Amino acid sequence: MIVEYIMAALVLLGGFFCFIAGLGVLRLPDVLIRMHASTKAGTLGSGLILIAVAIFFSDIGTMTRALATILFLLMTAPVAAHMIGRAAFRSRVPLWNTKLEEGAEEKLSR
Amino acid sequence: MNIFGMNIALAIAWAALTGEITLPSLIVGFALGSAALYLTRPLFPGSDRYFKRTFRWVRLVVTFLWELIVSSVQVVIDVLTPQHLARPGIVSVPLDVKGEMEVLFLTNYISLTPGTLCLDVTEDCNTLYIHAMFADDPDEIRRHIKEGVERRVKEAME
Repeated sequence: MIVEYIMAALVLLGGFFCFIAGLGVLRLPDVLIRMHASTKAGTLGSGLILIAVAIFFSDIGTMTRALATILFLLMTAPVAAHMIGRAAFRSRVPLWNTKLEEGAEEKLSR
Repeated sequence: MNIFGMNIALAIAWAALTGEITLPSLIVGFALGSAALYLTRPLFPGSDRYFKRTFRWVRLVVTFLWELIVSSVQVVIDVLTPQHLARPGIVSVPLDVKGEMEVLFLTNYISLTPGTLCLDVTEDCNTLYIHAMFADDPDEIRRHIKEGVERRVKEAME
């Protein structure tokens, strides 16, 4: 009973965070700030849903797979954000009100 | 690593003695084994280091999960409020950690924690360029990363 409520809360929260990640991609002002939304909120949202799945099926096969998926998400989401962010910076996508540090421009677009 | 092997052996011994070699009983055995090893620390040289490292890893993982939640809540607030709160900037952070594995850990950690996103590492792995959501004070961001995340990653990896 209590476990069911916990699972429901996890799924709802996860869905909420994923929704916010998508909404953030739509309405935040520039590409780098959007990456903040999609990496952080997206990872947390999918992680919460996967934990709920692991609790619901509660057999070892599903649990290990959910755990592995979470680990891979944690490893790959920042890498993807890093590649997209750097590509955007190098192709000179306009940035919104961004303060660039001295010398960052040359270093980043080498 | 020797102490870790001993801990595994104790876990298997526990599972064998209770007569069920299943994942839960192996986990219980591992926990009991590490408790026993913790109590008999003076007998095994090097087990102090093992427990210190384990403690540091646990601390790293727990703070990481906490910061992931905090940063997601921050993103939620920024997305749902009508005006844009961010004052973004690109900041360079000099690195002390050595080795690609450490840098990978650090960059992943930074990208998933509040307000910062890794953009690039210079080829010699010396300087990190990050995009910060609130870059009013670059020195504060640098200090925060160096004294918080970098120190913890360094301690856990050494």
